[in-house]
Amino acid sequence: MESIVSLKPLAAVLVSILVVPLIIRSGNRPNLREGWTFAAAGIKFLIVASMVPAVLGGAKLELTIAQVLPGAAIAFRVDAFGLLFALVSSSLWIVTSAYSIGYMRGLDEHSQTRYFCFFALSLSATIGAAFSANLLTLYLFYEMLSFATYPLVTHHQDMEARSSGRKYLFYIVGSSIGLALPAMVYIYTVSGTLDFAAQGVMPASVPPAVLTALVLMLLFGFAKAGVMPFHSWLPAAMVAPTPVSALLHAVAVVKVGAFCVFRVLTGVMGADLLTGAGLGTLVCYIAAFTIIVSSLIALSQDGLKRRLAFSTIGQLSYIVLGAALLTPDGLTGGMLHIAMHAFGKITLFFCAGAIFVATGVKNISDMTGIGKRMPITMTAFFIGSLSVIGLPPCGGFISKWFLVMGTLEARQYAMLVVILTSSLLNAAYFLPIVYRAFFCTEEESKFDNRMGEAPLWCLVPLKLTAFISIILFLYPKPFLDLARLAVVQILGGP
Amino acid sequence: MSPHLPALPVVVPLLSALLITILGWSNRRLPFPIALVALTAGLLSALGLMKDVLARGVIGYNMGGWDPPWGIAYRVDHLNALVLVVVMAAALIGLIATRDRVKAEFEDRIVPFYTLFVLFVTGLSGILLTGDAFNLYVLLEIASLTGYALIGLGEGRAPLAGLNYILMGTIGASFYLLGVGYLYLMTGTLNMVDLAARLPGLYDSHVVALAFFICLTGLFVKMAFFPVHVWLPNAYSNASSAAGILIAPLTTKVMIYVMIRITLTVFTPDYAFDVLDIGDAVVWLSVIAIVMGSVFALAQNRLKRILSYIVVAEVGYMVGGFWLGNRAGITGSILHIVNDAAMTLCVFLAAGALLTRVPGDRLIHLQGLFRKMPVSMAALVVGGLSIIGAPPTCGFFSKWYLISGGIDAGHYGFVAALLFSSLVNVALFFRVFEIAYYEPFGADHGHDPRAHGASGREDAPAAMLAPLVVVAVLLVALGLYSGDLVSAIIQHAIPARII
Repeated sequence: MESIVSLKPLAAVLVSILVVPLIIRSGNRPNLREGWTFAAAGIKFLIVASMVPAVLGGAKLELTIAQVLPGAAIAFRVDAFGLLFALVSSSLWIVTSAYSIGYMRGLDEHSQTRYFCFFALSLSATIGAAFSANLLTLYLFYEMLSFATYPLVTHHQDMEARSSGRKYLFYIVGSSIGLALPAMVYIYTVSGTLDFAAQGVMPASVPPAVLTALVLMLLFGFAKAGVMPFHSWLPAAMVAPTPVSALLHAVAVVKVGAFCVFRVLTGVMGADLLTGAGLGTLVCYIAAFTIIVSSLIALSQDGLKRRLAFSTIGQLSYIVLGAALLTPDGLTGGMLHIAMHAFGKITLFFCAGAIFVATGVKNISDMTGIGKRMPITMTAFFIGSLSVIGLPPCGGFISKWFLVMGTLEARQYAMLVVILTSSLLNAAYFLPIVYRAFFCTEEESKFDNRMGEAPLWCLVPLKLTAFISIILFLYPKPFLDLARLAVVQILGGP
Repeated sequence: MSPHLPALPVVVPLLSALLITILGWSNRRLPFPIALVALTAGLLSALGLMKDVLARGVIGYNMGGWDPPWGIAYRVDHLNALVLVVVMAAALIGLIATRDRVKAEFEDRIVPFYTLFVLFVTGLSGILLTGDAFNLYVLLEIASLTGYALIGLGEGRAPLAGLNYILMGTIGASFYLLGVGYLYLMTGTLNMVDLAARLPGLYDSHVVALAFFICLTGLFVKMAFFPVHVWLPNAYSNASSAAGILIAPLTTKVMIYVMIRITLTVFTPDYAFDVLDIGDAVVWLSVIAIVMGSVFALAQNRLKRILSYIVVAEVGYMVGGFWLGNRAGITGSILHIVNDAAMTLCVFLAAGALLTRVPGDRLIHLQGLFRKMPVSMAALVVGGLSIIGAPPTCGFFSKWYLISGGIDAGHYGFVAALLFSSLVNVALFFRVFEIAYYEPFGADHGHDPRAHGASGREDAPAAMLAPLVVVAVLLVALGLYSGDLVSAIIQHAIPARII
């Protein structure tokens, strides 16, 4: 495997930090300010995309920033998995920036400059996490992301935002300091390194009980993955403005959590070690529990964003499940699900926000008949739902297909049942929303027949992500190629 | 290099104290520039010493040309050169940052204030450089007496806090002196290197053990190690903000240094860690210190009191890390001396900056400060994150070594205490941030854009902000360079036999 020293990963991380002073300076000229956000998002995406050919060619792009501990530097290494995640996050930032303009201006929100600043910082942290070469760097960006999203979660600055912010910190920072940090230091003391390597870095001498403890500490310690019982910060975080929920709490933040778990299982612990110790199965069952229980809770939620949040908790555990299966197809499925779920779920959140901007409605029970008022939004909502349920013609089908194949490959038939049951539950909590939106009598409908969509800035992004969700079904190649290559890199084949 | 370089960090501030006293009476504008020049010279000579030590190893210097045991020998190695640079840098930055505060708070007492402050620095750098156990006591008294006075100079309850500090501090210093007296009785020398050579034959002696315990107890009082910390929170939080900024980052850290020096150089690690075998017990004491410091911090409703109790907990970090007795723990402890000095300076300086615009440091006064004073608050955030231990700020890396020392030693109580304190620090700082972030709302629920314009911005004066920003940046830089700091300097400060 060829390694190239490259400044690109650093540039991709820095671009959205460097834009922050510009955003602040043009705080009283909103158009210029948002222009800076777009410029940063565009440049970031181009830098990330420019690394695709080299990485697909089998190379890894590396850069060491500072040798802070012997055997553990702050360093970047771009491999196929990290690039896949970075591509998803950076491309969706562009779309979300457009959506933010529609949403924030549509609602005449306060403190928009602060909002765009911390949004940019969050994206820096996300890309940094994606490109981390070792657990230390990953932890650094994980924490940076926690702190950068706090002002976004508490954006409304009311009592509800305050208590949600506290919950957010309590779960996310509490678990990372209380569980992930000591596990990480322990791994460092026994193995002398924190690098991600094919088949991990753990010495064989670590006793199984300690190994189990470490896996659990890291699984729950990276609480952004939302594995139960460390999930309840996510529904609370829905108090944030919808673009934050859409990009951060359906894509960037939560998937950094799943990404961390993925890296820990495959890069630190190693597939063979976990399979040998039976720990893959343990994590599978924890993920399966989360998948089923969160879907059941989602059924009973009336707040649309809360229902989406519980859906996200379940879908994140699909990714964890894919990692825990530790077979090529399972891993491919888990990685693809990062991308596929991202486009589907962000569409759903965009729709939820568009509905709120256009009508002020937040609860599902008040959305009867909304299809006639907002047909485009609800069509996109339908497409997003299909993708998250995992039905053709949407991208979600592909990742679920690989996950199903992975369960067969790993002979985890119980997990197969879990995935299929969950798909039914997903359908049960999404499709009635769409059905009630379009099919209802005049009396039942809570809206008149006048069409009234959200502003164009809201509408175009959600059309786009819905469209991409379909495209990803027909043409999953870029993500699929990266995921397949990543599996080879993770398992350390010949 | 000049052969007299080791004397400069002590002699220059001492002479400047005379100059300030003499010239200051005629011209009130002179004390600050004189102190500035003196401390700049002090920092430069400290850096020069560091460079020499890195190039040539340990440097010896005999004051006035008198050979030991009659004269006083100075001895510079990696450990004290490092701490000296930290002390000089923190004192210089503090001096620059507090210029306006001193003018405002001590308008008719500028001369005594600066005289005391440069004498305080003289004492500290003497403590760091001296290789003589009794001379250390003398310099300790210089630093302490000036410290009491600086704290007592403030308004309101400051004199009472200063008195409290005098009582406790005197007890601490007397204990140390008593210990040194015993050592002199047993060995007939006060020179540290001589002491270290003569003590091994006396390891069985109860008097030597007593001397060690008495010294250690005295130092615990001086460094505010729980439960003999009671002077510190009142002294630091009631002192004028200028005195707090100048003293808080330095005193406890220098006392930790003395503990390390006495243990490693005078008594040797063999004696302290193996013969006496008190490491485990002291680490448990530090666990209590960390936990109680954190818990007390939670109970405070004034910013400076919160920060003071955090200092108490941090003292527990350094004492515990050192007494783990392994390389990772001691590395963490020494690195934390550097980092904690910078972090404490940052947060006390930020608190001082906030106090230029708000009536008091009660948490309720901090409402809406993110909008009013964004730069000061941003620096407080960086300092807070470092104390919490979020990478890449420096606090993360010393905590990393401390935790890994705890794991190496199998001392999970210490690890748990460190994590507990980090979590409490999250709660402490985010409570402050939350109050500063939320502001009193009108009926418009904060949606009125005009109310949130830049018009309400009124940050601290630039003369205070610039040093503050420098310190905040320094916290990140120290973090990024902590690998070099450890491999180039701190590793050489720890005896090779400690693994």
